[in-house]
Amino acid sequence: MKPAPFDYVAPTSVEEALEHLARGAGDANVLAGGQTLVPLLALRMATPSLLIDVNRIPELAGVSRVTGATRIGAATRQKAVLKDPTVAAQVPALTKALSFVGHPQTRARGTLGGSIALGEPAAESPATALALGAVVEARSTRGAREIQVEDFYLGPYTTTLEPDELIAAVRFPDWPASTVTVVHEVSRRPGDFALVGLVCALALDGGRVSRAGVGWFGMGPQPMRSRRAEQALVGLSASAADLAEIADMAVSETEPLDDAQADASYRRKVGGRIFQRLVGEALGVRRAA
Amino acid sequence: MSRHQVELTVNGGTITAEVEARRTLADFLRIDAGLTGVHIGCEHGVCGACTVIVDGDPVRSCLMLAVQAHGATVTTAEGLAAADGTLHPVQQAMREEYGLQCGFCTPGVVMTLAALTADGARPSEAELHEAVSGHLCRCTGYQGIQRVATRLARAPQGEGA
Repeated sequence: MKPAPFDYVAPTSVEEALEHLARGAGDANVLAGGQTLVPLLALRMATPSLLIDVNRIPELAGVSRVTGATRIGAATRQKAVLKDPTVAAQVPALTKALSFVGHPQTRARGTLGGSIALGEPAAESPATALALGAVVEARSTRGAREIQVEDFYLGPYTTTLEPDELIAAVRFPDWPASTVTVVHEVSRRPGDFALVGLVCALALDGGRVSRAGVGWFGMGPQPMRSRRAEQALVGLSASAADLAEIADMAVSETEPLDDAQADASYRRKVGGRIFQRLVGEALGVRRAA
Repeated sequence: MSRHQVELTVNGGTITAEVEARRTLADFLRIDAGLTGVHIGCEHGVCGACTVIVDGDPVRSCLMLAVQAHGATVTTAEGLAAADGTLHPVQQAMREEYGLQCGFCTPGVVMTLAALTADGARPSEAELHEAVSGHLCRCTGYQGIQRVATRLARAPQGEGA
């Protein structure tokens, strides 16, 4: 199908975009990479009266280092984030996660901020931001505010972002240099939505876990986090690790759904196996021969 | 419903036009510019048939608005072969490896492989196989297309493409 008619503006500054957004609040959509919004327009599941294209705003794109964090402009392409050496060095979990996102043809347009704003429950970037404790920088004509990703997702495709707010950037706080990360997903074909996906960061101190972040995608109605499992991982060392129990705990904190691709019990089973195997490998646990 | 003036470079020539905001780049290229090598299948970013090269990247043209391509450089399947009809190395490989049957998905597959092997770039076999997974083909069972991807990955650096 073809999109229903709409008006279109392509501001060149954030301020200008925010003014359009304030005026059109509720009936305007921000167009970033368009890899989700344009299909929704074509299917007429979205019929905004105004599209605000943020692709011509230079200050929204790019990766920079700020105090204690790596800051990624919201309109930075997934392809650019995937290839960025600063991200690879400072936020390797995000680099790994993006390698699973879509195809080269969609990563060339899709943006990090767009993925975060959409909050697709089966997508890699929101779960990665959740596991790593990222912060969303939101702006509107009313001012700027920062939202912990922890507090950002409220339900399926539902966030705390107000209709007049624009994501300017996402900040990924530094983890200790000794951190190991695991990102894995199971999908039917490369580029398909994940049936089950895990993001886990483990900061190690003298062989023991000093801090852990566990995020899931495809494991519930929104990006999920396993807080109790994170606490259970802290203090663990390779020799003392009883990961079967923690894997069960981590999976029990998710809410996987049945759909045409997989049922919830399959997702729980595969999620537990992935967790146990990959977190074990990351910790250096030797598997029984 | 706003209308917009656009100017873009397509296959080496400049096109200027006034487009409705909702006009996709795919419809613009195929219908307004007459470039019927842009095949339109699903119209929502799944099948890959409408893939063209925009500023060096393979892009699904049904997921981009024509107005967004203002100032961009676009290549479609019509822009690949030489003026004398000599096929582009990707086209030649598709022909020799039986990479197509009905031809519907073919321009998209060719544009993806042409973009990723442009300027002598040699992605790995795995990368090229992953890239063609962004295209649906109902005829070939993909084996011929995979042979094309493998052949391009193994071609000497800087040769062709």
